[in-house]
Amino acid sequence: MAMDLKEIEKHIKEALPDAIVEIQDIAGDGNHYSATVTSSQFAGKNKIEQHKMVYNSLKGKMGNELHALAIKTKEQ
Amino acid sequence: MDQQTKDLINKEIENNDVCLFMKGTPDAPQCGFSMAVSNILKILEVNFKGVNVLENQQIREGIKEYSEWPTIPQLYVKKEFLGGCDIIKEMYENGELKKILKDKNLSFKD
Repeated sequence: MAMDLKEIEKHIKEALPDAIVEIQDIAGDGNHYSATVTSSQFAGKNKIEQHKMVYNSLKGKMGNELHALAIKTKEQ
Repeated sequence: MDQQTKDLINKEIENNDVCLFMKGTPDAPQCGFSMAVSNILKILEVNFKGVNVLENQQIREGIKEYSEWPTIPQLYVKKEFLGGCDIIKEMYENGELKKILKDKNLSFKD
């Protein structure tokens, strides 16, 4: 149960095309990532909504194939 | 989610002003993310209830649907969902968490 860094980035960019996505494999095990996502689509939304947008882009993989993804969202 | 699970979650949230759904207990967290949030609440000396989702599979799955949030931990303050580990850490660092605790009349170490 692991997910490739590129695949995470692809999913986020599909949902948020203008996003700048920086992902790090924080444990080096292909299972614990940290992502900073910057997008204009976050404007006017609170943190919970912003994080949900990122989670939703991963289409149910979060909490399953993807064990840990720390998220930081920024408005552009 | 069945009604029984929903009632169980409602009861925890209604009976505890600060309620943290977590893996493990505040004294023995079983996951780094749960530990991080639990530690923040401890540093702020907030009185909170840790609900160990590992002890109850119904709550473990149910809370994700209840909050529409795929991960654990999850923090509720006065019945309001505040967020998971990343958001709580950020709110702690930028002072928002203290502000919310103050606005909601909860005691904490300033």
